[in-house]
Amino acid sequence: MTDVQQQGQQGPVSHAIRLEKINKSFGAVHANADVSLDVETGEIHAIVGENGAGKSTLMSILYGFYAADSGRIFVADSEVEISDSKKAIKLGIGMVHQHFMLVENFTVLENIVLGAEGHWSLTVSLGSARRRLQEISDTYGLSVDLDALISELPVGLQQRVEILKALYRGARILILDEPTGVLTPQEVDQLFAILRTLKQQGVSVLLITHKLQEVIAISDRVSVMRAGRMVDTLNTASTNREELAELMVGRKVLLRVDKEAAEPKQVLLCTQHLTWIDDSGVPRLDDVSFEVRAGEIVGIAGVSGNGQTELLRVLSGMLDVQQGSVEIDDTTIDANHQMTPKEVRHLGVGHVAEDRHRDGMVGAFEAQETAIMGFQDEPEFNRSGLLDRAAINQHCVDLMDEFDVRPAAPTLKSGGFSGGNQQKLVIAREMAPKPKILLVGQPTRGVDIGAIEFIHQQIVALRDAGSAVLVVSVELEEILSLCDRILVMSEGRIVGDVLASETDARSLGLMMSISRSGEQQKQQEAAQ
Amino acid sequence: MDIWVQLISALDSTLRLATPLILCAMAGLFSERSGIVDIGLEGKMLAGAFAAAATTAVTGSVWLGLLTAMAVSIAMALLHGFACITHRGDQVVSGLAINILAAGLSVVLGIAWFKRGGQTPSLSGDERFRPIELPFADALSDLPLIGPIYTDLISGHNLLVYLAFLAVPVTYIIVYKTRFGLRLRAVGENPQAVDTAGISVAWLRYRAVIMAGLFCGLAGAYLSIALGAGFVRDMSAGKGYIALAALIFGKWRPVTAMFACLLFGFLEALATRLQGVDLPLVGQIEVQFMQALPYVLTVILLAGFIGRAIAPKAIGVPYSKDRA
Repeated sequence: MTDVQQQGQQGPVSHAIRLEKINKSFGAVHANADVSLDVETGEIHAIVGENGAGKSTLMSILYGFYAADSGRIFVADSEVEISDSKKAIKLGIGMVHQHFMLVENFTVLENIVLGAEGHWSLTVSLGSARRRLQEISDTYGLSVDLDALISELPVGLQQRVEILKALYRGARILILDEPTGVLTPQEVDQLFAILRTLKQQGVSVLLITHKLQEVIAISDRVSVMRAGRMVDTLNTASTNREELAELMVGRKVLLRVDKEAAEPKQVLLCTQHLTWIDDSGVPRLDDVSFEVRAGEIVGIAGVSGNGQTELLRVLSGMLDVQQGSVEIDDTTIDANHQMTPKEVRHLGVGHVAEDRHRDGMVGAFEAQETAIMGFQDEPEFNRSGLLDRAAINQHCVDLMDEFDVRPAAPTLKSGGFSGGNQQKLVIAREMAPKPKILLVGQPTRGVDIGAIEFIHQQIVALRDAGSAVLVVSVELEEILSLCDRILVMSEGRIVGDVLASETDARSLGLMMSISRSGEQQKQQEAAQ
Repeated sequence: MDIWVQLISALDSTLRLATPLILCAMAGLFSERSGIVDIGLEGKMLAGAFAAAATTAVTGSVWLGLLTAMAVSIAMALLHGFACITHRGDQVVSGLAINILAAGLSVVLGIAWFKRGGQTPSLSGDERFRPIELPFADALSDLPLIGPIYTDLISGHNLLVYLAFLAVPVTYIIVYKTRFGLRLRAVGENPQAVDTAGISVAWLRYRAVIMAGLFCGLAGAYLSIALGAGFVRDMSAGKGYIALAALIFGKWRPVTAMFACLLFGFLEALATRLQGVDLPLVGQIEVQFMQALPYVLTVILLAGFIGRAIAPKAIGVPYSKDRA
């Protein structure tokens, strides 16, 4: 008999978890203010809120990472104190973190057993764990090869390992932090099927997410947090995305991007047979040819790591063109005619880098310095060989005003702004010279719903002014609503080219999962 | 036949020269597998060597000397741990500080206590670990091939040499076959995973550096009260760094690290042997060149051959819970 089964046979508990007036402050920031929450046994309970609304803090308190300043926690109707993760695990609370807590060069089995070995000898504990895991995977319908290395598994399966890890420790309450961020739509379906099975087995699921359509699809009830407070808890059946978004932001929010049909004109950006091979000989870009016209937004969809990053880097001049060519307006860049990022910029290309913190800004610099990064040599910011501080400051004030960057403080360190405001500042900088071509990587990564709406509007406005826009995003929802035309990338190749109005997440997901080996298989089958 | 005797004799000194390297490499393995860079192997060994010689000179007991060496070396390891684990200091800087501290302190204390310019009184007889004759060494010595190998090569070393070679399988078993080893390897790769599994990252790493201190202490005692007969200033002579190189060359694995140590030991033995010898074609090689050879090879191996040695992923990064 396993712990899981024994606990399952106890009488029904009305509340799996109850939080009463939880308070937590970090310095002057009141991250959780009088937050109360109850989760029933065997329900899927979603918690939504913008970045910084206090969801993560609340979950960290529940999992013993932080101690609450005040408030009471009840697990299975008895009051508890959760001093550390060990205690949380003992109380049957399991957590699947947004960034998986797995050791990449360990096997699945070793990862699951880590910290719950039971016996000093690894051979003994791995052996007994193998047997127990067999029972668990039978009970919950979770199968995964226990001897596979984590680094060899796709993210969907890695996540399954995290869930198994929690169940192995006897979790009756499972917290999932942004679980679908890295999954393809098909993997999301599989995850949801698992969650439903867990629910049937009496496991309570706490789902932290910002994807409202998923809240509607899977949860029984949903709690909304805003600015450290619990705003409301609703039955999912009696609410909708618009209402949830409004509760999260505190005002009405437009979820669909409001735009006219595109009127594409002349080709501004064009690549031909672009191939880029990395140091270890893997082709990151494989014969990529496409064009982007003035007045259209072209989106690149794909699971991250399928060549999108390299594509943006090659197009913006950060990586050399190895094979094939890039044509920007009437200038050709190829292996014999390389261009630096600065030269590319002078051709009229703006680039909002995918990884804002690495390539888009310097956190330790003032906002006004971030606001001219890449333009620091322009005459308008220089006077007699030195930077013209006054002009730079004025430029930053203008950008902040135009793009609603808050707080409008040009001398504040860039890292001190929220993700959304950092991104608005970077986009403002890149859009300011009215680029002919705008490359945007992950336009709304780590950005709040309210700011997303604004950023999307700005991108559409640029398109309407006659620029060509190329958007790379792992958020299919965003690609679908923002872009006019969608290219799907898989393993460095363009595997699909569709109009946004004629496709949906499901068919994009299918294209995203086209793999080279799969295709070869099909060809072989066709040949036979 | 002469070459055969020469070879046995060269291999014999290889074992003796590789012993401190192996002990230090195992020490470094524990520390580095847990994610703590251990450039202070050298200092811990040197401090251990001084402690062993000083204690033995005063008390006349090698066992007390050995214990003190381990205690002093563990104390220095804890100092390193306190700086790097508790206070999240820079691990390389802290390790260097340990080395400088040991080099200076051993000489200062040596002069203050023994007044011999930094040396300790020379030890004799039972004040050193004596060679151990393995059973049947005499009886088997006349057998062809096996005889000389057993009697001249394997038998006749002191206890610490055998301990060093025993340390390799022991380390292997601890690291790969126990719960502690699993956690040790995990904490060097992804400390967050260990933390969220409810295990203390700090305590785990402290235990790792204590293991490192213990093995460095053994290495130090070997230098001053087994191989040598007393402490001489800077007697570790860079062996700690060579051991670190061997550890990296051996990709942080016990058995491969041991072979790397044997290779370095062999080069050193060869260098001594070839001094003043006329070689065909090349003639006589400068002594200094031969002495430099192991070190030159270290640089070449580190720079070129191992190429993509994959270090523990979290090595050198202080762990903090705060996730920004």
